Parts: sequence; structure tokens; C-alpha cells
Amino acid sequence: MKVYGVELKSRLLLGTSKYPSLDVMAKSVRAAGAEVVTVSVRRESAQFREGQEFWRIIRELGVLVLPNTAGCYTVKEAVTTAQMAREIFDTAWIKLEVIDDKGTLAPDVFGTVEAARILSDDGFEVFPYTTEDLIVCDRLLEAGCKVLMPWGAPIGSGKGLNNPFGLRVLRARHPDVPLIVDAGVGLPSHAAAAMELGYDAVLLNTAVGTAGDPVAMAAAFRQAIEAGVAARGAGPMQPKEFAAPSSPTVGVAALA
Amino acid sequence: MRLVVNGVEQEIAADTLAAALLRLDYGEAKVATALNGEFVPARRRGETALRDGDRVEIVAPRQGG
Repeated sequence: MKVYGVELKSRLLLGTSKYPSLDVMAKSVRAAGAEVVTVSVRRESAQFREGQEFWRIIRELGVLVLPNTAGCYTVKEAVTTAQMAREIFDTAWIKLEVIDDKGTLAPDVFGTVEAARILSDDGFEVFPYTTEDLIVCDRLLEAGCKVLMPWGAPIGSGKGLNNPFGLRVLRARHPDVPLIVDAGVGLPSHAAAAMELGYDAVLLNTAVGTAGDPVAMAAAFRQAIEAGVAARGAGPMQPKEFAAPSSPTVGVAALA
Repeated sequence: MRLVVNGVEQEIAADTLAAALLRLDYGEAKVATALNGEFVPARRRGETALRDGDRVEIVAPRQGG
């Protein structure tokens, strides 16, 4: 798939947070075959310089970074965070999060659209974390976004695709826009389902980072996403309301 | 000069943002800065004057989802 002119083979974007160690994080990124990882910017102490070692490992992995504006509740916070991230990571890419401050981590869609417009006008390439609401998504595209990242379920909830019907309609409305399910994915089957719906990629973190064996889970997600893409391309059967026999109905032996 | 650096109030003998980073011993660490909520690009830190009570945020790459 292609996002902002960059061709990506992997359809799994992986977060770098919540792993038991940086070493496990690095191994998980490799096991996932991820070409893009999300990162954040956070306060750095002069004494401990925690971020420097993390940054060294990310550079060693040779992956593209997608900085986020996690923890931002206002447009101003998100824009300023994006500006700091652009300078630190030397990228125009920004995963835009403007979230509800009541602890739900739900996207503040109004703030997200406003921030998307400001950032797009300033040359950022915005990956907006959003709901699947069609009008919101239209506004984000009008604001300059060329990618959309609708949630599957609340961040870190692991619930999967809470509204596959809405996601399907969004896919149908914008067949040519790269669509990435971001947030709430818990199992590889959720990721496969997103790909079967025709989504271009999945972005996840908690499902791998907090798994009992993150490296194995990362590999499982990679396989599931490949399966979902292959299934989509293989022309899945249409579901029916009623049964249809799988075995021939002619030539059944009379054994009554 | 009294500054609030990453949420902590401290006395720092520095009159520009660049000088404050040096005083705080950030050295060559990869960081970005904001002053009173506004981003200050690295190239402008040397000419960014500080005032008593200014809020400085110094951030670096970190894990994120």
C-alpha cells in the first residue's frame, strides 16, 4: 500500500509501548515485519536521558517512525507536540490524536478536524486517529488528510472491531483512500477481519506489547494480516441466511 | 532566574533557552523544546530570551502507540 507517496509492503504498523523491555520491543518489531512504528515525545531528564537509548534502538531497527500526539486534549497541545515531533524525528508524518479528557481516550473529532487542517496547511502529512463517522472522515479529508485511521474499539481495550458495519461503509465510501484500523485490536483474528473488510493496514500496540509472549504474538499478527489480505483477494463466498448443502444431493444411497 | 522546567521549579543562571539547556546539562541529547506552550525550534534557542517564571518543556523520543 502507498501512504503519502511511500510504498509499504507490510500492512502491520506497530506501537513501541508497553513491552516488558526494549529488547523484547525490538524483537517484536522484527517478528512483525513492521516497516512503520509509532513513537511519542515525552519529558526528558538531563540526568537519566531515558529517550536516547530508546531512540538509538529505533534507529538500529531501520524502520520508519510515525510520531503521535498521544496525551493531547486540545488542538494547541496537539499542534505544538507535532511541531516538536517533526523536529526530533525529522519527518512530516504525524499520527494525530486529540482525545477526550474524561479518560475514555476517544477521539475528540471536532478538535481532530481543526488540528488536521492546521497541520496539513503547515506541511504535515497527517494520519488522523478518528471514529468511523462518515461526516467526520469527510471533514478530515477536506482538511488535507490523505489517510484515515478509524478505531476498531477504544485504545488498549482489545475488543476488536466494535462496528464492522460502519467500517465497511467507510471503506465503500472511499475506495481509494488508504484506511488503517487503529486502536482496540486485541487478537490476530481482529486484524484478519479488518483486512477481509478491505482495509489497507492495521495499527496496534497493546495486543502485542502486553501479550504473554510479545514476539510470538507479533508473528501471529503478521500471519493473520497476510491471511486476511489473501482471503480478500481470493474472492470470499457470500454469506446466506439459510443452509446450502456442501455434499452432492444426487446419488445418496437409500438406507432407510 | 526562576524557571519551571518539565514541571519542576528551579533556579537557573541562564538568559536564553540554549543557555538553559547547557546549564541543565542536556549536552548533545536529542531533544525538542517549548517555551510557555509554544514550540521553539533548535535553531532559535540561542536567540530566545527567558524571563522569570517561564515554563520550559524539554522532550525526547519515547515509546508510543
